[in-house]
Amino acid sequence: MLRIENLSVAVNGKQILRNINMHIAPGEVHVLFGPNGTGKSTLLGAIMGFDRYEILEGKIYFKGQDITEAPCHERARMGIGMMIQRPPTIRGLTLRQMIGICGASPEEVEKMANWMGLSDFLDRSVNEGFSGGELKRSELLQLMAQKPDLLLLDEPESGVDVENIALVGRAANYILHNDNTPCGGVNCDKGCCTFNCSANPLAAPQKSGLIITHLGHILKYVPASHAHILYQGTITCPGGDPLDILGCIGQSGYETCVNKGCRRIRK
Amino acid sequence: MSKEKLQAALSKQGAFGKDIDLSQYDNNDIAHVQSEADISEAGKALMEHVGIELNAENRSASFIQVDNTALEPKVKAQTPLELMNTGKAAEKYPELVEKYWWKAVAPDTDKYTAVTALEKENGYFIRVKAGEKITYPLQACIFISHEEQLQRVHNIVIVEDGAELNVITGCSSDPSVDKAIHLGISEFYIGKNAKLTYTMIHSWGENVAVRPRSATIIDAGGQFISNYVCMEKAKDVQMNPVTRLVGEGAVARMNSILVAPKGAHLDIGGIVSLEVPGCRAEIVARTICTGGEIVNRGTLIGKAEGIRAHLECNGLMLSDEGYISAIPQLDAYTGNAEMSHEAAVGRIAPEEIEYLMARGLDEEEATATIVRGFLNVNIEGLPDTLAKKITDTLDTFSYNKGM
Repeated sequence: MLRIENLSVAVNGKQILRNINMHIAPGEVHVLFGPNGTGKSTLLGAIMGFDRYEILEGKIYFKGQDITEAPCHERARMGIGMMIQRPPTIRGLTLRQMIGICGASPEEVEKMANWMGLSDFLDRSVNEGFSGGELKRSELLQLMAQKPDLLLLDEPESGVDVENIALVGRAANYILHNDNTPCGGVNCDKGCCTFNCSANPLAAPQKSGLIITHLGHILKYVPASHAHILYQGTITCPGGDPLDILGCIGQSGYETCVNKGCRRIRK
Repeated sequence: MSKEKLQAALSKQGAFGKDIDLSQYDNNDIAHVQSEADISEAGKALMEHVGIELNAENRSASFIQVDNTALEPKVKAQTPLELMNTGKAAEKYPELVEKYWWKAVAPDTDKYTAVTALEKENGYFIRVKAGEKITYPLQACIFISHEEQLQRVHNIVIVEDGAELNVITGCSSDPSVDKAIHLGISEFYIGKNAKLTYTMIHSWGENVAVRPRSATIIDAGGQFISNYVCMEKAKDVQMNPVTRLVGEGAVARMNSILVAPKGAHLDIGGIVSLEVPGCRAEIVARTICTGGEIVNRGTLIGKAEGIRAHLECNGLMLSDEGYISAIPQLDAYTGNAEMSHEAAVGRIAPEEIEYLMARGLDEEEATATIVRGFLNVNIEGLPDTLAKKITDTLDTFSYNKGM
């Protein structure tokens, strides 16, 4: 699905990432751990193709095609979808219109918004006055409509309260499984992780994902297969077990984990 | 007012805008056009462009003035409104002249009002009697067909207590006209609990100078919704209409949408004076510079306790040429007046474009979407066809085309 080769990226002329290599196969969900300011968002932004990320070296392939030079909207149309950490407000453009832009039919818009608990927000300007949790839900709602094959999530839990984390996790899982029918809604008590009550919540995703997370709460809802630590601009511990790595970071911190523990927990 | 005083005012410059030497124009009353049939096809197309329905099917009444000649007005059968040439109305209703003529706008305001007051009167007189609610909009088209024409218009609109009216005024000039001047004086009187929705669309030729002078007086519980749209390459438009809220609980809302392409100079404002308790007003302007010049003034005057008013002057620069000058002004004469303003002028934030691109729109589509959102001010009373036309015009904008 996604192959990154020897990628180096600069922002405002300053090099942030060096020699990144990564391969995400179809159906794999990878997690990216790392301290603040180490370049995690830069990596996601470079994959999405945002202008401010300057590729110094290396290649990005998506579905076998070299997209290193492709503009952002072409990547979106090819099937890359990104949850933006601090999305801007666009005044006068309603959330309803935005979900339509993402590809949902008017009926789907209603259904999906209801499921995300955002029905009352549909006719408000997109993101205007939204709380932290509402912003995340708005982003996931847009991605549900966009139906990407590669889902990029930039800190889906930040600013979200405990109750909403479950919703955010289920929504992300829904997108990864490409289920079609929403079930009972936000408060569905059948314990399912996805829209579709009959689906096995922990079945392997059909699509791929790359998730940035600090605390790992999202991993309770989204079954990730591989983890990487991005430390000082480059990847260490590539492809480790997500929960093992998370445990190691929690116990001894990034530095120790990267310097000493990596070999032990590497698969 | 004495003739001498008016004569003296002929040399009085306007408060804003470039001073115009009126002697360079042809101030005649020749009927270049005597019926709709005399209007060129291109001219008719322009009339439609400014919201005028030639078959007038969805209109309660229709008024057309070409140069300084008013064509015979048409009023749909059994529509309880009066529509006639202002000059004729003055002859018919001398008692109304006493009460309404030049009572909202002083005739010696400047040279443009003075010349209009001194000469034979044109323009429309509309009266809706107390309690009558007119369903379909009334349309008025003010058109210039003759080169170097000086056009004088004096409109009087009276919406009596409890009545309701929606007026669409489209102003344009024949494509064959290069240079001309339009002087349009409008006086609106809105009675107790009456409502007037007034939409004016300007689409003048490039070298037509435009000097409207309008004023509105609103009584208790009355509502005035004014929409102004100007999106063409008009070289010199200047107006600053005054609205006075003189009855308790009167409400005024003024929306304007101004787009200035290269070569346009638009100096557009609005003054709302809140003179009794409980009045509310909102001025919302959305301006877009695509290479031209915009001066956007807005003034709220709070004279009474417990009034509320808000002013928004928001501009979008879509070009490296031209400018937008947003000048919001709040004047408070009492401690208990709630008045606020918001003014912002800038470019489209690159993050907003990228956000939409990440959802699959290309740069051009993203820009157009943001601009449409920017102009989405929820204009009440705007005909659908016109709303669509505005959207279509905006869709043709883009960075890449250099606008």
